[in-house]
Amino acid sequence: MRARLTSPQALEKLRAEIAGRRDPEKPVLSICAGTGCVAYGSLKLADAVREEVEKRGLGDKLEVRINGCHGFCERGPLVLCHPHGFFYQRVQPSDVGEILEQSILAGQPIERLQYVDPVTGARAVKQQDVGFYKHQMRVLLEYNGWIDPTSIEDYIAVGGYAALAKALSTMKPEEVLDAIYKSGLRGRGGGGFPAGVKWKECRNAPAPDGVRYIIANGDEGDPGAFMDRSLMEGNPHLVIEGMILGAYAIAHPGHPVGYIYVRNEYPLAVERLGLALEKARELGLLGEKILGTDFGFDIQINRGGGAFVCGESTALMASIEGFVGEPRAKHIHTVVQGLYNKPTNLNNVETWANVPLILTRGVDWFTSIGTGDVSKDPWGGSKGTKIFALVGKVNNTGLVEVPMGKTLREIIFDIGGGIRDGRQFKAVQTGGPSGGCLPASHLDMPVDFDRLTEAGSMMGSGGMIVMDDSTCMVDVARYFLHFLADESCGKCVTCREGLKHLCKIVDRICAGQGREGDLELLDEISLTVEKASLCALGQTAPNPLRSTMRYFRDEYVAHIRDHKCPAKVCKALITFGINDKCTGCMVCARNCPTGAITGERKKLHVIDQSKCIRCGVCQEVCKFDAVDVA
Amino acid sequence: MSEQHPFGAPVTFRIGGRPYEGTYGDSLLETLHRYGYEVPSLCHHEAVSAYGACRLCLVEVVDKRGRHKITTSCNFPVQAGIDVLLDTPDVVRHRRVVLELLLAMAPRSPELRALAAEHDVPGGRLEPDESAEDCILCGLCERVCREVVGANAIAMSARGTAKRMTTPYDAENPACIACGACVYVCPTRCIGLEEADGKRTILRWGRTLPLAVCQQTGRAFTPQFLLEHYAKKLGGLDEKVFRKAPPYR
Repeated sequence: MRARLTSPQALEKLRAEIAGRRDPEKPVLSICAGTGCVAYGSLKLADAVREEVEKRGLGDKLEVRINGCHGFCERGPLVLCHPHGFFYQRVQPSDVGEILEQSILAGQPIERLQYVDPVTGARAVKQQDVGFYKHQMRVLLEYNGWIDPTSIEDYIAVGGYAALAKALSTMKPEEVLDAIYKSGLRGRGGGGFPAGVKWKECRNAPAPDGVRYIIANGDEGDPGAFMDRSLMEGNPHLVIEGMILGAYAIAHPGHPVGYIYVRNEYPLAVERLGLALEKARELGLLGEKILGTDFGFDIQINRGGGAFVCGESTALMASIEGFVGEPRAKHIHTVVQGLYNKPTNLNNVETWANVPLILTRGVDWFTSIGTGDVSKDPWGGSKGTKIFALVGKVNNTGLVEVPMGKTLREIIFDIGGGIRDGRQFKAVQTGGPSGGCLPASHLDMPVDFDRLTEAGSMMGSGGMIVMDDSTCMVDVARYFLHFLADESCGKCVTCREGLKHLCKIVDRICAGQGREGDLELLDEISLTVEKASLCALGQTAPNPLRSTMRYFRDEYVAHIRDHKCPAKVCKALITFGINDKCTGCMVCARNCPTGAITGERKKLHVIDQSKCIRCGVCQEVCKFDAVDVA
Repeated sequence: MSEQHPFGAPVTFRIGGRPYEGTYGDSLLETLHRYGYEVPSLCHHEAVSAYGACRLCLVEVVDKRGRHKITTSCNFPVQAGIDVLLDTPDVVRHRRVVLELLLAMAPRSPELRALAAEHDVPGGRLEPDESAEDCILCGLCERVCREVVGANAIAMSARGTAKRMTTPYDAENPACIACGACVYVCPTRCIGLEEADGKRTILRWGRTLPLAVCQQTGRAFTPQFLLEHYAKKLGGLDEKVFRKAPPYR
């Protein structure tokens, strides 16, 4: 166990000592062990590397580092070879010998493991040569492919906790707060509320016993989103350092108490954060007298029980208190009366991760990135970068960090590599399940908090689901309405009952039983759900419905009036038929689960519509393109 | 925000443009009622904390900066400088939809039907919940049981559209003293109380307790268990007090 650091200078001494022990020319083999790559078998790959290194006696010739998420999950397992920076994708345990031999010892790239751009055919030698990475601006994720998240030394070696040392040795709490205020940093969890304004209100709120709670919201529950997860798993100290700085700015001198609320479905995040907290405590970066000063702060982890609504701040606080995760009205802000009725400052994991960077690189650096002007008003723009989980029908899915203001087209086509299988772009849903779906006409819209809201969607926590022309937008609205109805806490009538009836009506439309007046009824109910619900879950829940009704109204009309699903998705509105390309191979008939297909060998087959359940198996198995959907 | 005022401080605010005195932090709904304004509400009672579930007591609040917002008034704290607008077109429109949603939950409830008629709620647009117990999940029974009676016999279970008010594990709960407070506050009268053969049953919670007989009149008046509960809770009182119905003590 290492001795506690008793001054900011001692931290700098430790940093120098770590640097002195490390040879920058020594090869490092970085293996991505983010959730996507683990699913692709990167842990087995890591075992194979360790075994091979042992076998060849290369232990002191290179360092093997297991990282958090590198972001390009589509192509996992990912490997980086330093110091040359070779980037390899889809690496298998059988490739390990060659990598060690050729890339580590001989310093040569291996062509067959490189990424080949599907459009240009160009080979990418380094990470930066890959279109997916080239167009990103990786600030928060910069070190995800370099550091071992279980090693505090790795974090310190890349400048970790320097912001804390700087703040404690040269800045008053008010100055730290002022820097965040001027940076225009806005909350990354969904609302986009300026962090500086929140911090100031929390600092100014009366706290007779000095207790102010500092909370990181890591209850990331959006389907397909993993921004916060990757930060917590890949660089936990960045989040922790941000929280310590926040505690100093908001509650010193006083008694700040910290919580990180992580969903229990993220066991690796819980484990790595726990380890990181322990290491930070050992070094005196947490606990009493941090870095030898009179500032003390500690953080504990609270594991969430899996309710989507607990990502809402007041529901999250109720959950920490041990009550059912139900939101309450925020007419008295949580910065005044939050957790246990004390002043509480809650920010999203990604928001906290920005804080150390703003302090080390400066406010001017931060405000140089993004849109608008925040010099007079922190609401005046969107500054810094934003991480998105780019998923759906794009070629390159994964974790993407871009400066605010990048257009949807750049994100989807330059970084995402365009739509899969040569299909057409149809819509993109930003902001998670309660975000809106934006059509192609919005592709050149710069992505920032205010533009997304204007367009009927939202930044949300940064989910981005791309849909192609095989997607039925009514079906999409139906899916998300059901998700939100299931995840509603059920406290207030508008959200619980409103969503229930919206689901029923849209279900009816998808089943071909839409009626005249349904669109008006949907409009009326969804507007009340938006305006009269108690918390942000209810207030934003109609977004997928309202945005698809706004941009894809003709699809609703086709469902209701013509009983047709233009995208051929809604089962009740489509029929399968066999055309004359049929060779009578009988494969469809053998695979049909309901025995609806009849026909003799080498003769045209027929589907009995009364037996057909429209599962689509016949179309999937037909090799002759003989099954049509109408 | 009105941080300059501590909770409980006197403040002035407006209702429909007219100035009124209020107390910072008080329930806006209760204050409106006190001044004689009619605002419908189903989930609020002065005896318990605000909950904000029924969404009926909507008003439009204009803040000091002139921004309008629709909010429930039961859980909105009275504060300086606001103007509270009642029955604006937006309030009326949203309240009507809220009532339509509530009526679909409790289609048989006479109270809700009367309220819906009063507010011109269109009928027949939403599929009513036929299996409904006429409970609108306002949570009043639970708050009364917990905050006033202190018995904690019932609670919400599950989440979202599956949410229900019930006893733990849907079983008869020995914590229930059959006091009937929940029956009294229920806005749709969906809990039910029956007294027969010297016993009281709270129908919805399936709790039956024998009634004590008044020594004065010889008539059953309240569950024996409840008397014991209060004898213990209040403590030190002459045990004879509890042998008679209240008018004869």
